[in-house]
Amino acid sequence: MDGGAQSCLEREVRLLADHNRTRLEMKGISIAFPGVQALTEVDFHTESGRSHALIGANGAGKSTLMKVLSGAYNHYTGEILLDGQLANIRSPKDAKGYGIQVVYQEVDTALIPNLSVGENIMMEHTVHGMRGKHMVNWRQLHRSAQAVLDRLRVKVPTKKLVQELTLAEKQMVLIARSVSMECKFLVLDEPTAPLSISETEALFSLVRLLKSEGVGIIFISHRLPELYEICDDITIMRDGRLVTRDEIAKLEQQDIVEHMLGAKLDGQFPERWSRIGEVAFEAREIYDSGKVNGVSLSVRKGEIVGLAGLVGAGKTELCRALFGASETARGDLFLHGAKLNVRSPHQAVRSGLALVPEERRREGIFVEESVVVNVTAASLSKYANGASWVSSRKERIAAQEIIHSLGVKTPGQQAKVRNLSGGNQQKIAIGKWLLTDADVYIFDEPTKGVDVGAKRDIYNLIAELAGKGKSILYASSEIAEIMGITDRIYVMYDGAILKELDTARTNEEEIMLHSTGGLII
Amino acid sequence: MNKANTIRPSRGGGTFQFFYKYGTLITILLLIIFFGAMTDSFLNYTNIISILRSISIVTIIAIGLTVSLAVGGFDLSVGSTASVANALVMSLFVWHGQSIGVSLAITIFFCLIVGLVNAFLVINFKIQDMLMTLATMFIFQGLALTYTRGATISQNMIMPNGDFATGVIPKAFGNLGKVPWIIIIMIVVVLLVHIFLTYTKHGRYMYMIGGNVEAAKLSGIAVSKYRLLAYLISALFAGIGGIILASRVMTAEVNAGGSYLMDAVAAAFIGYSVLGAGKPNAFGTFVGAVLIGILSNGLVMMSIPYYSMDIVKGSVLALALAITYYKRKH
Repeated sequence: MDGGAQSCLEREVRLLADHNRTRLEMKGISIAFPGVQALTEVDFHTESGRSHALIGANGAGKSTLMKVLSGAYNHYTGEILLDGQLANIRSPKDAKGYGIQVVYQEVDTALIPNLSVGENIMMEHTVHGMRGKHMVNWRQLHRSAQAVLDRLRVKVPTKKLVQELTLAEKQMVLIARSVSMECKFLVLDEPTAPLSISETEALFSLVRLLKSEGVGIIFISHRLPELYEICDDITIMRDGRLVTRDEIAKLEQQDIVEHMLGAKLDGQFPERWSRIGEVAFEAREIYDSGKVNGVSLSVRKGEIVGLAGLVGAGKTELCRALFGASETARGDLFLHGAKLNVRSPHQAVRSGLALVPEERRREGIFVEESVVVNVTAASLSKYANGASWVSSRKERIAAQEIIHSLGVKTPGQQAKVRNLSGGNQQKIAIGKWLLTDADVYIFDEPTKGVDVGAKRDIYNLIAELAGKGKSILYASSEIAEIMGITDRIYVMYDGAILKELDTARTNEEEIMLHSTGGLII
Repeated sequence: MNKANTIRPSRGGGTFQFFYKYGTLITILLLIIFFGAMTDSFLNYTNIISILRSISIVTIIAIGLTVSLAVGGFDLSVGSTASVANALVMSLFVWHGQSIGVSLAITIFFCLIVGLVNAFLVINFKIQDMLMTLATMFIFQGLALTYTRGATISQNMIMPNGDFATGVIPKAFGNLGKVPWIIIIMIVVVLLVHIFLTYTKHGRYMYMIGGNVEAAKLSGIAVSKYRLLAYLISALFAGIGGIILASRVMTAEVNAGGSYLMDAVAAAFIGYSVLGAGKPNAFGTFVGAVLIGILSNGLVMMSIPYYSMDIVKGSVLALALAITYYKRKH
């Protein structure tokens, strides 16, 4: 190993000394994926030495824009300029060459767990900077890594294995790797979502340090209060377009929320006239290893209760905990006043619960099995004569009923589910539970990745279930959806319920405000 | 809206689909024609019976393995379990002079304990099935060897103290390993497991667990219970295979069951593709065993030396695996 990292640092220092600011501009960026226009003519600009917040609801295109900047896609249109010079960024290598570094939210995908901190920090150098050399100079590697860590004032031993680090420390290692190379702009993609308050503070002081050294920070986050603390400017996106750009101090929190939400969708939600009865399902003090922190909730007969909150707020973890699918969850569940003993999904199903999971392909369906086998999976005993003999006739009748009532488009009952489209697979995942006659249905993002027509079918179906007196818990990060279909809403933030709202007496802005951490007091 | 309603056409060329489904059966047919033409005695009644007899033990052991594969597991210890059963049942007759009923009951009981140990380790420590049973394969093989002190057990054998063993192997026990019983037992085992896996809800649950364990769990299926059951069934049939082996040769050779492992694995994996099942299944496993049996028998008749047979069997297994894994991606 030569002094590559050392010279990077020197260059960095020179850059600081110059104090000339680099200006980054992205102009008219558009990108499309099969069936989706992800970005439309987006303009974005910032400069080094400033911290810039990039914000928008889920699916607004923030991450896509940053992926364009980091060279993850090469089929975008529009141009990227650095100090007015055209920067042709078409691969991650190009982006790094221009000093643009990214730390993604999923830190584990970028780290090699069974190597040391030092090796991970200097990885880029080991892979690209060794030229013709074949032997690793361990002393120098650890010394260079230590120099970077010292500069960032991060205290992690360079010889420790990355797999032994906490998540916050891993993030620090990734930031250290970024600044070990030339780093003019550092993109942090939702860095604070998994961190505790003290860890977040440590990250913020690191961000301030980098800023003072002249690095431009682009900060993606859903948490509005912290943006005011750390950012100078803000760019708000919605539906793949730029909404506004300003100094953050000039915008109120409510303004940001309104910009994030935009126009409302109407007319796709079913009319509801269900009679809401007494409390049927109740959960008290649910905890699960830091992801769910003391949630208590109740759902009445015939009621659809929304579980709002942004991605990562703990909705999925809560759903799984309620269904006994998490081994580390604790807390009490009651159905019609009687305490339930739910330690596994098997017991949950027996107790009358049903869960339509978020990751349907991985968790909800059997792709290699037929439609019939899939829809009867949770209720097979009903179609078995005696104790265990499966009656294919009864099974076929039941499957036909589901295919008909849900409007599943399939070539036949025996078709493998692998060959159905996403919307139809989701209907199968839901249909499976309609045959079980559960009392409580938990839906986790049931319309994720489903097109508009199938969405409407799914809403109708859920409304129908409520009409039959079932209790429904509906988790979604789409606020419009929560507003459209529920009777009552719990807003989750950081694994806890921050607010309970009556759907008729609230609006999307209020939900978004609580989803992003509530008002700063 | 239309996007959701269109059905994606099933992928893969028609030719591959056809050969995937019927390839094994066609191969068997071609082999029969080929060996029939090349040798005089291949298609004799006695030779056909001899082929069926020769595959029956492999088939029974492979059927157990098939059940473990159905839940997404992989019981590599079936060969060793057969060895344990083989040594145990012989020792109960020869060393301890027990009756058929007692001997068989005790042997089956210990085989189920073997299955229980496998299931316990795999389920509780969440270790990959293949690795865990690789370890237990050695443990059980070693247990069988230690129990027999590395010696062959046979009637009138010389005991360590210099006396002759006094126990007798009952005549009726010897019938188990003779035609027609050995073939009848094989057919009954194949039919029973085929019905169990295809027509009962328990079999259906097992396939679901094998297909997508997370979805099975979230559908409320008692996943651990069924994985335990699968390992018990696997050990049970491995044990039956070992007992029948004892009855066929009337001695317990050192590690007699070990050599059946690879044949059983090959049979089960060849079986994946039979009639396009795409998953482990009892009928397919039987067809796989038939294919291996015919190959061995025919090649021996064509004077290929027995010691080269592993090359052929290994190649057949490699081919079966290649087809199965290629299919998963296409």
